[in-house]
Amino acid sequence: MTILLSLQGVSKRFGGLQALSNVTFDLPEGQILGLIGPNGAGKTTLFNAINGVYPPEEGRVIFRDKDVTRSKPYDHARMGMARTHQIVQPLNELTVRENVMVGACFGHENQHLGNAARIADEVLEFVGLASRVDQLAGSLNVAQKKRLEMARALAAHPYLLLLDEVLAGLNSSEIDGMIQTVLKIREQGVTIIMIEHVMKAVMNVSDRIIVLDYGQQIAEGSPEEIAKDEKVIEAYLGDPKLAEQLLEEE
Amino acid sequence: MKLWHKYIGLILPVLAVAALVAWPFVTGKPANRESAFTILKAVALASSLNILLGYTGYVSFGHIVFYGFGGYIGIYLLTAQEWSLWNAMLAGGLTSGILAFLLGKAILRLRGAYFALATIGVNEAMKAFINNFDLFGGPTGITLNFSVYKAYGGAAQALQTSFYIGAGLALLAVLLSHIVRTSKFGLGLLAIRENEDAAEVMGVVAPNAKTWAYVLSAIIPGMIGVLFFFKNGNVEPHDAFPLHASIELLVMVMLGGQGTVLGPILGAFAYQGMRGYLVTSAFFKNIQLSVSGALLLAIVLFIPAGAIGWLRHRVPMIRRALA
Repeated sequence: MTILLSLQGVSKRFGGLQALSNVTFDLPEGQILGLIGPNGAGKTTLFNAINGVYPPEEGRVIFRDKDVTRSKPYDHARMGMARTHQIVQPLNELTVRENVMVGACFGHENQHLGNAARIADEVLEFVGLASRVDQLAGSLNVAQKKRLEMARALAAHPYLLLLDEVLAGLNSSEIDGMIQTVLKIREQGVTIIMIEHVMKAVMNVSDRIIVLDYGQQIAEGSPEEIAKDEKVIEAYLGDPKLAEQLLEEE
Repeated sequence: MKLWHKYIGLILPVLAVAALVAWPFVTGKPANRESAFTILKAVALASSLNILLGYTGYVSFGHIVFYGFGGYIGIYLLTAQEWSLWNAMLAGGLTSGILAFLLGKAILRLRGAYFALATIGVNEAMKAFINNFDLFGGPTGITLNFSVYKAYGGAAQALQTSFYIGAGLALLAVLLSHIVRTSKFGLGLLAIRENEDAAEVMGVVAPNAKTWAYVLSAIIPGMIGVLFFFKNGNVEPHDAFPLHASIELLVMVMLGGQGTVLGPILGAFAYQGMRGYLVTSAFFKNIQLSVSGALLLAIVLFIPAGAIGWLRHRVPMIRRALA
């Protein structure tokens, strides 16, 4: 089993806030890693540390056997890492197709325009935006913009895909569609890390889950293990025993 | 069919430049040749600025520095080193490009208003430097010896030749604008314009792309500078680095439509046409620049995408033709 991405003691501070402390894990090729935790736990910061937006102060990020801790986001992209943003960042005045072509042109395959247009159309078909290719990206609704984020990342044909809450704001049938999409991406051999709040989805698709709380890894394991972990339940639901006590007193 | 489709965005811009070149010959008035030259110069400068402003989204308030700097280098080589006009123009374009490259490395890491302010500073600093640089004649500048024109068949013939070269440069600027607009490099620039951080995450090497956009937008202004001051017969600091000319260029690009090939051309036509009227009218001749200021304000407030951008938005059918 080849290790695609390895984090070794990654720490990041913002002023007095310890956003990440000593995050360490190995991600084997072809896996889906779920990243969960309460709001403000440092999940998106971890993505930013992995793909070079905010390089960590301590620790190392190893991607495909290269130390990329201090590399720029475009270096990561050109090495085969792609991501979506929690807050969508469409290129508003460009068409949907052009948005996706940027991903294909400047990702690690470095496609020329003709190929990029073909790849863009394929990927847009795959994420269900085929009917909107010539529309300006700014005119899409939020769910469509999330799909566009996904399409742009996929068009780069990355080795590693970082998905930041692609399910947030979608209704339940859209969530099912998106889950199928994620599974299909994995079938193509892409390794995925997904940040997600929709538990049903994370539990179903992840091979492994890491739980962050206040920048610390409080648990790690298979979905079954995580579901039973007391620390996780506490972080998410408050103290379970307290809840039981309150029930008994009534 | 396919080929025709590929170049449709180029047809209107080239026709517009061709019509401008033909205008003095059709009307047979030599005065029109001078007006046409002024517009051709504006087309070349505005189309060049558009690569930085329209495609990359970086506002340069001091773009005229490349025109003045290239012009000075070229005129110096023409007079002191007796270079030919061609070589002097190439040297002027090249040195402006190199200046842009060095500046780009330094100030293109600034974004938004900070970059715009830095470009004004660069223009003013260059003007002050040339003012005190004895090799280039300090405040009095460099005057061409009349005998220089002999090599080009006399002064009258030299004026005629300058007009053709100006037409060639305008066409070159439009072609360059089109090539950048339709290239992969251009797609990267547009991505930077829309969202630089997102573009970098997708793999656009923004620092390099911006620097090359700046270089490409500086070369033709440098060449135009040499040509203009050759035709003019002398070059002085206040002619070479007029800040208001930079702002007029911004008005042209934004009036016609930034980020399109045709926009800056139309903007140059319209603005120069308006300016020609204003400077000859009794009422406006002294406040002609305040009209440009008001115009810029009106564009930013009401049609930020410019005339072509507005049309593209309203009539999606013609989007391809108005690239």
